[in-house]
Amino acid sequence: MLYALIAVHAILGALTPLLVRRLGARTFFILALAPLTAGIWLLTKAPVILGGQHYLEVYGWIPALDVDLTLRMGLIQWVLALIVTWIGVAVLLYSRWYFDGMTSGRSAAVLTLFAGTMLGLVTADNLITLFIFWELTTVFSYLLIGHDPTRRANRGAAHTALVVTTTGGLAMLVGIIALWSTAGTLSLEQLVNDPPTGTLATVGALLMLTGALSKSALVPFHFWLPGAMAAPTPISAYLHAAAMVKAGVYLVAVLAPAFATVPFWRPAVMLLGTLTMIIGGWRALRQTDLKLLLAYGTVSQLGFMVLLVGIGTEAAALAGMGTVISHALFKSTLFMCVGLIDHSAGTRDIRELSGVGYRVPWLAVLAGLAALSMAGMPPLVGFLTKEAAFEAIANLVVGDIQAITPLAAAALAAALVFGSAITVGYSLRFWWGAFASKEGAPALSWHRPTLGMAGVPMFLGALSLVLGFLGPQLTALLQPYAERVSHGQPGHGFALWHGFTWPLIMSVIALGTGILLFVFREAIADIQATFPTTTTAEELFHKSMHGLDRISVEVTARTQRGSLSIYLGTILTVLVALSTYAMLRIRVWPTYRLFDHWPQLLVAAVMATAAVLAATSRGRIRAVLLVGVTGYGLALLFAMGGAPDLALTQVLVETVTVIVFILVVRKLPRYFTNRPLNSTRWWRVLIALAVGITVTLISLVAVGARVPSAEPISKAWYEAAYEFGYGKNIVNVALVDTRAWDTFGEISVLVIAATGVASLIFLRSRVVGLTSTAQAFESREDDPEADTSPGVWLRAGQTLSPNVRSLVFEVTTRMLFGIMIVVSIYLLLAGHNWPGGGFAGGLVAGMALFIRYLAAGRHELDEAAPFDAGRLLGGGLLLALLAAVSPLFFGGTVLQSYDIHLAIPLLGDLHLVSSTVFDIGVYLVVVGMLLDVARSLGSGIDQHSSEEIAPVPIPDSTKALPGYGGRS
Amino acid sequence: MSANLVLAITAGILVAAGVYLLLERSLTRILLGIMVASNGVNLMFLVAAGRPGLPPIVGFGEGADDVSDPLPQAMVLTAIVITMAVAAFVLTMAYRSFQLHGHDEVADDVEDARIRELAQQDVVSESYEDTTFSDTGADVVSE
Repeated sequence: MLYALIAVHAILGALTPLLVRRLGARTFFILALAPLTAGIWLLTKAPVILGGQHYLEVYGWIPALDVDLTLRMGLIQWVLALIVTWIGVAVLLYSRWYFDGMTSGRSAAVLTLFAGTMLGLVTADNLITLFIFWELTTVFSYLLIGHDPTRRANRGAAHTALVVTTTGGLAMLVGIIALWSTAGTLSLEQLVNDPPTGTLATVGALLMLTGALSKSALVPFHFWLPGAMAAPTPISAYLHAAAMVKAGVYLVAVLAPAFATVPFWRPAVMLLGTLTMIIGGWRALRQTDLKLLLAYGTVSQLGFMVLLVGIGTEAAALAGMGTVISHALFKSTLFMCVGLIDHSAGTRDIRELSGVGYRVPWLAVLAGLAALSMAGMPPLVGFLTKEAAFEAIANLVVGDIQAITPLAAAALAAALVFGSAITVGYSLRFWWGAFASKEGAPALSWHRPTLGMAGVPMFLGALSLVLGFLGPQLTALLQPYAERVSHGQPGHGFALWHGFTWPLIMSVIALGTGILLFVFREAIADIQATFPTTTTAEELFHKSMHGLDRISVEVTARTQRGSLSIYLGTILTVLVALSTYAMLRIRVWPTYRLFDHWPQLLVAAVMATAAVLAATSRGRIRAVLLVGVTGYGLALLFAMGGAPDLALTQVLVETVTVIVFILVVRKLPRYFTNRPLNSTRWWRVLIALAVGITVTLISLVAVGARVPSAEPISKAWYEAAYEFGYGKNIVNVALVDTRAWDTFGEISVLVIAATGVASLIFLRSRVVGLTSTAQAFESREDDPEADTSPGVWLRAGQTLSPNVRSLVFEVTTRMLFGIMIVVSIYLLLAGHNWPGGGFAGGLVAGMALFIRYLAAGRHELDEAAPFDAGRLLGGGLLLALLAAVSPLFFGGTVLQSYDIHLAIPLLGDLHLVSSTVFDIGVYLVVVGMLLDVARSLGSGIDQHSSEEIAPVPIPDSTKALPGYGGRS
Repeated sequence: MSANLVLAITAGILVAAGVYLLLERSLTRILLGIMVASNGVNLMFLVAAGRPGLPPIVGFGEGADDVSDPLPQAMVLTAIVITMAVAAFVLTMAYRSFQLHGHDEVADDVEDARIRELAQQDVVSESYEDTTFSDTGADVVSE
């Protein structure tokens, strides 16, 4: 159910852009339904939770790593979920008026998504799930802070918030893994019930504390939170006061019962909590922007809360959770008031606001209640929780737990009283700044706030008052959580009156000092100005970002040389080094034989010679032909080595490659450049030799792996090929059945390569436009006497210049074309049982097309294939895909093969196999690719020549004149 | 099983020649290097396939022991065709390079040279932006 509720947030968030187009700001009414539903559902669970039970939702995920999607809701989770949902409802309703007239749903969508994520965060039981929700809130917070990215400072603030909280999150992840490896569980509940011990567990707990402190903006991570005020005010009210920053407090509150006793936990929490409380409050005292004042106030209060829940005594835990509730109420109220004032007055600067209290007295009263709650004044809920906190600290002074010495506790008490005094000071400053009349302030332009916008904060403000009288009930609610912390004596609970006790005296001192701080605010501001500026954590952060960038520049400059040959050389050197290292450890090398028979030696010698000559050749065509020699030689070796399919395909591919090279090389200079590589020649020779030797050795090792004890997987193919693939040619069955996924990937590569070739030549579309031979004749200027009788075949040759025509070639083509097409179809169909298959067949058909192009020019190619090659490529790919998935519809698996025997009269028995359809797809793709290549590198380059945009080789040079028109 | 030494050495020579060409600047030569090297690697597969036998077709020989290993063959078949596609593509790139610049040399990346200049001047990258913000003044954050 909880996941369903989270999903409702996600769905509504995703639909927001559509809703906003129809409804504008009224979308928020719909969005508020998500937290509202969740909030009501949570209330229905009250009997379960208050009865001391847990609500559990279990889903598996990665059992091997103990990762699951379990949600578990105990008391503390339930309380926080209630805060998250109901404050979420309030904020979304308020936003309806705050964002009145909005056109973009971005912030609204992210806010809703955030609310759902937060619900998951406070209920997740598995630490990995918790971490995922945790980081999601970070990302959403980043998006919301950066909602106006046009200002540099806003970008900086968003960046800072992201980096600081993510760094903390990563520390937390390491902590999670450390705890997991010691406790053997990722369940938060199990971890707390049976905490692991030892150094690693301590480190893990402290790292998780670090994550929590960064999220809750404690010193030294406090500086990101004021920057987060770049987000719109309702969002600040929710994320940066009521919900997200409480995630850290929540985590500390959950972990403290188990881990408060680990070394450094209590000192860290006490020291950083107090420091944060005082630094935050001290800065709040000098703010003139109401929102920033509240932001620093939040920093201060977060320090206070983390201190209370983290210290690990029963009374403090109770006070801490109470403070979480009271803070959520009064801080969201105050933020909404600021938003309202900003909306109505157009400013939230204390120096410009004057007399707002006279204009909206009811607002002044209710915001005053919230401010008093913040200051900890009776009869508001803030007073109850602060009294309880003081009681917990007073207990420490008299030796509540052994771990904290009386002097440390006394120092803590003094610091907290001072912190509370500052809180009183800035609370007064807030109320005075927002509502009081000030002399010399400029006249204010003011429009009345709408009732709805004012209603929400007024309701929440009133709640602070009501809750002040419900102390005993609040105690009863939170006491079960506090009792889980088994250290220290229990507190007296929340109440307006405990008698004349130390907490009351501390409150009175804090109140008096706070009023003094407010009254003498100008003198204090003067004192603040005299404080020396020191290097703060914030400056260190910004400097480290600068340093990081500098390091990246230096590292990039050293490692990324921008030279292809250096990169390739590095890769190859690594190949050599790692393989050599591995091979140095081999003790038994395989025996060897020199060669199998003399022809093999002869062919190998020719290939090696050709390769060396190709490497040193300066002539372009010479090099191409020499490379071709190695290819044909390889085909011969395949034929001798019992690989007829490979031999056939290699011959065809080599032929096609040579033709393609010749088609292109005709427009390129005759010689390669030698510039400026002479200096590096010996390095290249060295690397080449090293790689060559390594490859020789690797192939020896590979043969050595063929020991009798290790049966090759392909041994079973001999039987399986016919049994499951219904074909006798094992290699072909491997291609279309056993390893058909490979083949599917391969034909996809062919489609991509063909598309790349066509787009490099034609730039915008695959073809410039097919022309029939008749049209070609019409467009000629010299009006030759052409034979246009329809019976004549290969007519387009007449469009060529008589100088380039070859009668013999044309006659041969007339004879060959039909035979080649028949052969190609034979190879395609016979391939399942005999050498051949879709590749070989497609190559033969493609070569037939090449020959027609070569004999009679580009119009002949269009006559032979009067359609776009893309159709063949796409059709072939689609056919292969259909052949792959269609067995699914018959209850089979992807790429399963079926066969059927047909008895045809006269012809005999016909054995059809379904994988032939897949092979036809392969065939079409290969034909399409070759057609594309012929049309691009043949016809396309012809056309470039006639348009004079082809490169023109400069005689006796290694360069060409660029075809400038190609720049278009 | 014993290894065919001549074929193994030939594969090494082909790869060495290919690598030598691969480290050139001219795109055509780089492509020829890839092709020679891939011929060498395909030959290596033939060596690794062990002792040659009859064609791997059911009905040739008595059983799996009499025919060549079909698995390396299936892999090489894929490699051959892909090399052809790569060759066509890279060759077209070379043509395009001639069409635009009159040569097909693979130039060093200009961006990397600029980063080297930045490093020499000890300055930050061009994408760096100050992350500072403040409570007052020009750098204050705002909605």
